[in-house]
Amino acid sequence: MAEDLVKDFGETRAVDGISLAVPAGSIYGMLGPNGAGKTTALRLLLGIIDPSSGTRRLLGHDRPLDAAREVGYLPEERGLYPNMTAREAIAFMGALRGLPLKEGRRRADDLLAGHGLSEWARKPIRTLSKGMAQTVQLLGTIVHRPRLIVLDEPFSGLDAINQAKLEELIRAEARDGVTVIFSTHVIAHAERLCERIAIIAGGRLAFEGGVDEARDRLQPIVRLRTRSEDGPWRSAIPHGARHERGEWVFDLPPGGPEPLLRALLDSGAGIETLAIERPGLHDAFVAIAGDAAAAAMGDPGAPS
Amino acid sequence: MPALLRSAFVIARRDFTATVFSRAFLFFLMGPLFPLLMVGIFAGIGGTAVSQAERPSVAVVAGDLDFQALAEARARLYNKVDVSAKLELLHVLPRPDAAAQRTKLLVSKSPPVIAVLEGGLARPHLIGPVHAEGTTIRQLQFMVEDARRARADPDPNAPIVQLSRTTASAGSLATPRALTARAGQTVLFLLTVLLSGMLLSQLIDEKANKIIEVLAAAVPIDAIFLGKLFAMLAMSLLGIAVWVAAGAATIAMFTGQSLASLPPPAVGWPLFMTLAVVYFMMSYLLLGSVFLGIGGQASTAREVQTLSMPVTMAQVVVFAVAATAVGSPDSPRALAAAAFPLSSPFVMIARAAELPELWPHLVAIAWQALWVGLILRVAARIFRRSVLKSGPARRRSWWRAART
Repeated sequence: MAEDLVKDFGETRAVDGISLAVPAGSIYGMLGPNGAGKTTALRLLLGIIDPSSGTRRLLGHDRPLDAAREVGYLPEERGLYPNMTAREAIAFMGALRGLPLKEGRRRADDLLAGHGLSEWARKPIRTLSKGMAQTVQLLGTIVHRPRLIVLDEPFSGLDAINQAKLEELIRAEARDGVTVIFSTHVIAHAERLCERIAIIAGGRLAFEGGVDEARDRLQPIVRLRTRSEDGPWRSAIPHGARHERGEWVFDLPPGGPEPLLRALLDSGAGIETLAIERPGLHDAFVAIAGDAAAAAMGDPGAPS
Repeated sequence: MPALLRSAFVIARRDFTATVFSRAFLFFLMGPLFPLLMVGIFAGIGGTAVSQAERPSVAVVAGDLDFQALAEARARLYNKVDVSAKLELLHVLPRPDAAAQRTKLLVSKSPPVIAVLEGGLARPHLIGPVHAEGTTIRQLQFMVEDARRARADPDPNAPIVQLSRTTASAGSLATPRALTARAGQTVLFLLTVLLSGMLLSQLIDEKANKIIEVLAAAVPIDAIFLGKLFAMLAMSLLGIAVWVAAGAATIAMFTGQSLASLPPPAVGWPLFMTLAVVYFMMSYLLLGSVFLGIGGQASTAREVQTLSMPVTMAQVVVFAVAATAVGSPDSPRALAAAAFPLSSPFVMIARAAELPELWPHLVAIAWQALWVGLILRVAARIFRRSVLKSGPARRRSWWRAART
């Protein structure tokens, strides 16, 4: 839980009054464009850095480091000791979080076997591929069986197969009651995994809530194809509609589909196809983050 | 175990094993052995020169005839027997105030006099801090008896050399103890300089490999600093143990001498050696925590190299301050140097060689430990603020405000 967190780096305000609460046992996505302040917000939550102002509470602890044994963290910039073996690296990361070294080694063997990396267990990290090293670090993040896992841009640098594996791992942890927070600027992952999201732009929290809530922020989109190219029915098409590849695309007017349909039929538009689509999270994100970024930059035309 | 120490132990264990079980550590161990071998060889030659230059003298207060007889007996004795600690005889003519003359001789530092022989050959009386069964009195006994025999009319009832033992003389104590003090200081300084400098680069690995973020999220920065400091200390002690063993063997092999042949310190050898280890640890921890703090600000090996020069010069200044305390351990200058945390271990090891009281050492060790904690705390705080960019926003400085 964070309340009105602010972080200044010199003259630059990286995080500007972020407040959020992550429900226990959920998969929570932190979305935002590059440089939005996601990583700084996560570092503040974890106690790696202290805020300029505001408060935070992690798993019931006012001092985040007091909860360190119950937290796993995969930073955006991956780092392992290159001369350590994969097995020792995982056990060491567990030991940092209070797991006895012997037990850490045992669990490391199991985890590496579970991810098809048994034969690499006793090889130095420097001999592993980037993807393998990233997997090793991820396993080190969960080896002590934390209650909360924080992953900063976990999908970056992974191929499609490993991305799918990571998604499955996140789901499996959540099924076991673990809370997972991850940041990303790739919306598809959040759309597939998250129950709740926070959209951060320009250091501010632009949106916080369920994925459906975010999508509902936008009007559904109407795609209309008519037999007639022109006529009085054109007055039924809202101002600002786009004509793309032979069809009209526009936001569903506030009155809903019924008045629109009636107006089109009455004016002889000759409807060939008409589809009303719910906007995706990507559209919602672009709209919300774009507006927030514009507002943060002081654009007078941006919605409040 | 408190959380901070447990975390520090995890860091220390990793650093220690990563360092000790590496090929580079073998080179680290072997590095000083070659110069040590050379020292061992040259110590044999140098030791002979030193023993000739600084051979202990016995002041013989006697007439010309008695002294000459004694000197001839000395020459005959050393011609027949190879004695390693040969006595020098210093001829002094008797003065009316024998007591004043004796006191003056016993405090003389040039040349250092270990004892005064009075009474001529008829009633030889040795006064000084010499052992009743020691080599000094035995050699003198031989010389006196031989000198008497060489005379035409030796008196069979003449007494043997009578000994009046005093607690100390300038020649017997001050100079050798000052030498021990200086030697202790120098060894301590060299070991600290050689070994604590490594701490400058200790955080480069973590910063270059981006591991610092993983560590900082899991354990307090204080624990990272403490762990690294103790890992390097343990590695240094391991190295020193190897070097001391190799050095002792080399010295014994090439010079046939041991620690017992050095001038004894005021607190005695066992306690002096214990204090030397403790003060090495304290000086290592004190300087090391400063270096760790400074090195934590560096991002590359090049920056560390740039930093190492001023750091080494600062160490030399600290040693120079500490060196002024030798010979006058209770002077205001020495007390000030003992109070200054970075020079304190060097001053206190010299004090252990020169003065027997123990309580100042307990106070000094507690004082130094307090400063290790303080320096580490400050270094960790600076690291968090400047490297991790943590902490509340700084107030804009006046010049920046003025510029805008």
